[in-house]
Amino acid sequence: MTSAAIDSPLDVREEPTGGEAVLLSRGTDLELTDELLAPLWRPWPRLKYALAATGLGACALFAALTYTAITGIGLWGNNIPVAWAFAIINFVWWIGIGHAGTFISAILLLLEVSWRTSINRFAEGMTLFAIVQAGLFPIFHLGRPWFAYWLVPYPSEMGVWPNFKSSLPWDVVAVSTYLTVSFLFWYTGLLPDLAAARDRAPTLRQRRIYGVLALGWRGDSQHWRHYRIGYLVLGGLATPLVLSVHSIISLDFAITQLPGWHSTIFPPYFVAGAIYSGFAMVVTLMVPARAIFKLGDVVTRNHLDNIAKMLLVTGWIVTYAYLVEAFMAWYGGNRFEMYTALVDRPRATYAWVYWGVIFCNCVVVQALWSRRVRTSPGALFVIAAFIQLGMWGERFMLIITSLHRDFLPSSWRVYTPSWIDWTILGGTCSFFLFLFLLFLRFVPFIPISELKAMRRELSEAARAGRSELAELGDFAGAGESGGHHA
Amino acid sequence: MRDGIVAEFDGPDGFERAFVRLRALGYTRLRSWTPYPVRAVVTRLPESGVPWIMLAAGLGGASLGYLVQWWCNAHDYRLDIGGRPFNSIPAYIPIAFESGVLAAALAGFLSILGLSGLPRLYHPMFEVDGFERASVDRFWIGVDGSDPRFDERVGEVLEASGALRCQRIGGAIAPARSDVQP
Repeated sequence: MTSAAIDSPLDVREEPTGGEAVLLSRGTDLELTDELLAPLWRPWPRLKYALAATGLGACALFAALTYTAITGIGLWGNNIPVAWAFAIINFVWWIGIGHAGTFISAILLLLEVSWRTSINRFAEGMTLFAIVQAGLFPIFHLGRPWFAYWLVPYPSEMGVWPNFKSSLPWDVVAVSTYLTVSFLFWYTGLLPDLAAARDRAPTLRQRRIYGVLALGWRGDSQHWRHYRIGYLVLGGLATPLVLSVHSIISLDFAITQLPGWHSTIFPPYFVAGAIYSGFAMVVTLMVPARAIFKLGDVVTRNHLDNIAKMLLVTGWIVTYAYLVEAFMAWYGGNRFEMYTALVDRPRATYAWVYWGVIFCNCVVVQALWSRRVRTSPGALFVIAAFIQLGMWGERFMLIITSLHRDFLPSSWRVYTPSWIDWTILGGTCSFFLFLFLLFLRFVPFIPISELKAMRRELSEAARAGRSELAELGDFAGAGESGGHHA
Repeated sequence: MRDGIVAEFDGPDGFERAFVRLRALGYTRLRSWTPYPVRAVVTRLPESGVPWIMLAAGLGGASLGYLVQWWCNAHDYRLDIGGRPFNSIPAYIPIAFESGVLAAALAGFLSILGLSGLPRLYHPMFEVDGFERASVDRFWIGVDGSDPRFDERVGEVLEASGALRCQRIGGAIAPARSDVQP
């Protein structure tokens, strides 16, 4: 933060190219509120086309799922030994995407990172809808989805219980907890903004709907007293939760005996990969939304820069995990591990997936060392698309290669997905976008109350002339000096 | 608050000044309504009980999660999985942890609402003119009529601190001087 900001306490403005400000808006609180609530009231002429297109994709998803449920999962490309295939690839991929939302809203909340504030609601919405997609896959992969409740320990006539030493019931609890806690955290954060929406709503009907959703929030000091600490502790809970969820999912793999899966590196490797793909999804959604809603003054280039730095960091963790995986297979000396990691993956049937993953996840992301790329929305969008593809490919590589050639060459088999598999994958993408569009339409997707509070804090800090002001403006270590050198 | 005087401020500075002055004058039953938490107010509030409720619920949820697993697999119907102990602590930790988080989060959400007296869709404050800006950019202070030092002069203090307007709500006494429009 330069001295320009300190001179004008109520106006925390920076030049967009300066890249350090987290809030460029110069208007009053009223103008800021109205600007951020405008997408709720303004007509969206092209929305119906977007909703129709994504809704059609969602219908294709439901059709494919119905067809699967009444016919059986023989419709998928799954075979023996590749019994997991697309369902689990997509499950892990979608859950992973959700993780960045929780990371942004909970972990960065605890670290008091101010650039989180503009994008956290957005990322939390992404999390919720990604978990919804993820949850579909294991349920339909059961084959008889109507018996999904067998996974829950309910007192049944048969007198049998789930086997809790298996990682599959852990998944059920982890994913359903994750969905519930993400929802509660999101809704708690929304309350003050729903109240603002209620109070600014142009029609009585909207006023009533947002009035009910706001639960009567008045901004009373008694509300804030419980809300502030409660929200913080919810963030504190979500932090170990997000780490535990992907760790538990990685245990589905790690506690088996299969070469390529049976490894202690899996939990941190999966968590880093999850946050990597999730940040990529934040970029994929944020860059168009920022352009469409002209949010350049609340989602500044500084935000893009910081997200890009997170991509770079997690990208390197993932790269490191790939290296360690191969190294440990070789160093461990187990023939089967060595075959999977050093022959099957890089040189056999699915070698193109392996090298594609390396290219997308480890090579493309290196462009982010350049500050120009980090602050260019278009370039970030393209890189994020590569990362999404790469992270999906990584799960494909992990799951398919370990399964298709295991210990016994006589049982080796090649796996090819069916058109139903592709329909379901594409359908979840559509359904996700459909839900996300509805979210953008009906929910204040930039936290308004938090932004106003942050602006107040920044101006108070500026008045006090405190030296830690610089920290409010930036994160990721680089701070002001790092930014200028690049 | 059903009875007392409320005042509207157009920014946090005047609001904080008025709040601090009223406290200094010995008023204790002060209420405020703000679009976001204001330091001078929230730092003076008694500590919230929400974290303790969440802690208790979290521990309870985790214990219950563990107990269910132990009861199912080690007590009611003993499952021998690869010769591992029936009560296999490491295998039961993930679900116990997740149940703890789930219970704590649910308790947190419900206790934030419950202790704040929400949901409550109607409140007498909503009748006050201009109160709808309290969630947007206006800061409101209320002095409760039951405050031992309460009298009509509160309105003068508030106006001297820069209130846009003061309103008498509830009670039998005629409204104080008001209508200083923004």
